[in-house]
Amino acid sequence: MPIQTLSPLASSLFGLLAIASLLLSFVMLGSRWLKNYLYAFAAESWVIAALSAAVGYYGGYSELYLIAALTLLFRGLLLPYLIWRIIQRLAVDREIHVILQPSSSLVVGALFVMFALAVSYRVAAVFHLELTVVVLALTVMLSMKLIGFLMLAVRHEAISQILGLLVLENGIFLGSQILVPGMPLLIELVILFDLLIVVACFGVLVGYLVTHVGTTSSLELKRLVG
Amino acid sequence: MSPSALLVGLALAPLAAVAGCLIVRGPRAAEAINLAASVVSFGCALPLPFLIDGQASLFWDDYIILDRASAWVILCSAIVYLLASIYSVGYMRLLDEDDRLFRFYALFAGFGLTTLVAPLMNNIGVYWIAIELTTLVSTFLVAFERVAESMEAAWKYIMVVSAGISLALLGTVLFYWAGSFVLGPTYMMSWAALTAAAPKMNPVLTILSFLLVLVGYGTKVGLAPMHSWLPDAHSESPAPVSAMLSGALLNTAMIGIVRFLGIARAAELGQLPAMALVVFGAASLLIGALFIVRQEGIKRLMAYSSIEHMGVVALGFGFGGPLGIAGAFYHMLNHSLNKSLMFFGAGNMMRAYGTKEIAQIAGVGRRFPTSAALWLAGAVAITGAPPFGLFLSEFTIMRAGLKPSFAWAVFVMAILLVVIFIGFLNHFRSMYYRPANGPPVPTKKLTAWCTAPMWLALAPLLILGVWWPAGIWNYLTAIAHSLAPVLP
Repeated sequence: MPIQTLSPLASSLFGLLAIASLLLSFVMLGSRWLKNYLYAFAAESWVIAALSAAVGYYGGYSELYLIAALTLLFRGLLLPYLIWRIIQRLAVDREIHVILQPSSSLVVGALFVMFALAVSYRVAAVFHLELTVVVLALTVMLSMKLIGFLMLAVRHEAISQILGLLVLENGIFLGSQILVPGMPLLIELVILFDLLIVVACFGVLVGYLVTHVGTTSSLELKRLVG
Repeated sequence: MSPSALLVGLALAPLAAVAGCLIVRGPRAAEAINLAASVVSFGCALPLPFLIDGQASLFWDDYIILDRASAWVILCSAIVYLLASIYSVGYMRLLDEDDRLFRFYALFAGFGLTTLVAPLMNNIGVYWIAIELTTLVSTFLVAFERVAESMEAAWKYIMVVSAGISLALLGTVLFYWAGSFVLGPTYMMSWAALTAAAPKMNPVLTILSFLLVLVGYGTKVGLAPMHSWLPDAHSESPAPVSAMLSGALLNTAMIGIVRFLGIARAAELGQLPAMALVVFGAASLLIGALFIVRQEGIKRLMAYSSIEHMGVVALGFGFGGPLGIAGAFYHMLNHSLNKSLMFFGAGNMMRAYGTKEIAQIAGVGRRFPTSAALWLAGAVAITGAPPFGLFLSEFTIMRAGLKPSFAWAVFVMAILLVVIFIGFLNHFRSMYYRPANGPPVPTKKLTAWCTAPMWLALAPLLILGVWWPAGIWNYLTAIAHSLAPVLP
């Protein structure tokens, strides 16, 4: 799929889906309810699944349909379900100690997007691809990365941190669909390994809950210093 | 035996041990199974460096690469796995966790397996997954003691390392993208393919990807300032696991950085990639020195020393040239041996005195003459004093750095190593020679299982210090020449 010869319709469809997933990460930034994060993450995974299918259709990569199905199944349904079950078991349903108010996080997120745009434009310019969907894909990839790190830094509930990690990976996943649709095996495996990471996180989380019943906030993780 | 048979044995033994431990479930049987697996793995890893003649050999559809560098790192991992398996027989019995012990050994063998196979990966994506697997398995080992501190350490470990390593994935995707302009949209993303494509890849994108990969895998190596997980995970896990984390895991991630550095050098990006590695290395030494001097916990002291030594290895690879690269690989082996010894000693004292605080441990020399003497010798070795291996490798790395662009780093390294020497040994002085006024008194007896691996680690360390065999020198300089064209 040479990006220069992509049809305008395909280009705008990819762009629309990429922007939709970026918006959904802003939904995660702007809320303090754990359930909202979860719904936004699930919706983001569906958008990415749709993007995989669209790239598969327009680029002629039939294996991307399989990846779209796996994304929908694992990231869109199974992971949100598992996280939902954990939320049900916990006594916490929102971020209690907020370091950065949701409104301020939105502003910081917007600054990140501008930074990502500047970097992407510079990278795309060396390939003379400034006017293509490449800029948008790179921007969304980098800004979701930065937003994921922001979530890891300013949110303290274990669930928010797990979802922050998943946003980091969703960003890479989305970008790689458009930039390098030809590396399918890796992506497929990454889907499965993501799942394993989250399962591992749950294992630690559950063990953690056993010892400290009640708190899952990383603000309480301050025994080990120096 | 052919190399491929050895590789199968190397991987199959720990895999069988995982299955065996889970099926048998007896604590003593699990010990024996894991120990046997580590002996077999070591037996398979030891001949590997001798079987390589020049070219890298590829196996299983080119997914597995056996070259000098990977054989060397596997040897380091296998040595630590063997020593730690011997030691864990003695150490884990002191913990009174017999009913959960089979799980520990299953995870331990699994961790050994991942550190043994990760350096063999030829596909960059699969290598990333292998590194991710090492994290997943070792998280549960860090959390094994189930107290609040080890849970905290495990949570920080998995969060920081997963977040860091996702940057490495981003860098990997960008590397693939950069390569796709040269090699077409679909290709096998092997180290060799990217190195071949590197001269034609776009420099801006290649630098961006390299820096992302460096920060990503650098998190796993524990380079400052991405080191924050390391002291917690190393200090809160059981001592044999600390030894594995420090002696085996860090090298496994370092080899990835070295290979990416080879790609970056082939792309002729100038000084920047090497300089980035040198800056991270110097920062790690600085962080290590600052925290070693004021340290209060015995295992955290060892953990910061690991950060310091990974900084030294990073400096060696950054300085480059035959001296730098050979010195860094030699330092990997020495550090693996020495840090295992140090963690074994720390674990012994921690269990015997029932505390991790340096201030609570006194009169070590009188109470445990053998163990204490070995540990003290190890402490002298790890601070880089002759006649041990680390002196030779650190000295070689310093000689490699004596060129105009890196001379500042050599001075920084020399000063910080002196600071670390004084700070580190001062803690040992207080533990050995401070008068023990009253409690706490040692409560547990140390068995031969706890001291034998210390002998086994110290002996080669001393030999490697007084005699750097010409065969090893030639082997390591051959790695230096194969990795990259030597920088002027």
